[in-house]
Amino acid sequence: MNYIPADLNSATGRDSWIPTVQLAAQEVFSLMLGCKLEIPEEPPAEEGLDITSMVGLAGRLSGILAVRCSSRSAARMASRMLGIDIDKVGPEMWDAVGEICNMIAGNFKNKIIGLGDGCMLSVPTVITGADYSLHSLVNDEVRTVLLFEGEPLVLSLEVHN
Amino acid sequence: MDNIRALIVDDSSVMRKIVERSLRQAGLGFAQVLEAGNGAEALAAVRETKFDLILCDINMPVMDGLEFVKSLSGVENAKGVPVVMITTEGSEGHVVQALSAGASGYIRKPFTAEQVKAHVLPVLAEKP
Repeated sequence: MNYIPADLNSATGRDSWIPTVQLAAQEVFSLMLGCKLEIPEEPPAEEGLDITSMVGLAGRLSGILAVRCSSRSAARMASRMLGIDIDKVGPEMWDAVGEICNMIAGNFKNKIIGLGDGCMLSVPTVITGADYSLHSLVNDEVRTVLLFEGEPLVLSLEVHN
Repeated sequence: MDNIRALIVDDSSVMRKIVERSLRQAGLGFAQVLEAGNGAEALAAVRETKFDLILCDINMPVMDGLEFVKSLSGVENAKGVPVVMITTEGSEGHVVQALSAGASGYIRKPFTAEQVKAHVLPVLAEKP
């Protein structure tokens, strides 16, 4: 699945990154949570996605990789990662979602030749609540929605050209 | 493994618990597992305690994993203690950088318990 993009900072062909973003996420969920992320047949309703985790990318590729999900999904992820009952999950769900975003970003960049060494990741930031606007210096977005236990998980790679 | 004392260094408490659980799942139930949230905390822990193994993230606030590994060269308690990096920064350049800094091994996130075992056992076997 590794490939060399003709020009990392050109918007041309960025849609071809979607399968790589999906694979990066699917591997993280398979290895760290022991579950499969499904590709939905129809675009699911994106309601109640009140947790956003973001990791910044800087270097040959600049931008943000963001993961959005519901609090219920975040709690399920933490439950799976920690091996504890979902009703015992507390604030660690933010940490869990942050780490998932971090691993997806790292896994994604390591799949693209030239990005592994040429792109640094920030520590993750997690936002709770859905009523916010994010203004960053991005001008292109690669976006895909996967299903985690039947609920939407929105992955977006916002790129600053 | 009954008398092994390990230190897990990661700014994510969830990831520290996952690493500890992976060690147990891999049959590496150590006598004592301590945690640190960044390189500076880990350095303080190493000055206080003699560990047999350190598992360390790279991207951390305050002091990152590479700086921590480099800092160990001046610490008496750290002599001969293997450090295995566990990180999302899995490129060849980062691996070379970590090994040059003094790390003994390198595990890429995401990982399985078996991968942790495959990287940890050899460095423990080589430990003086």
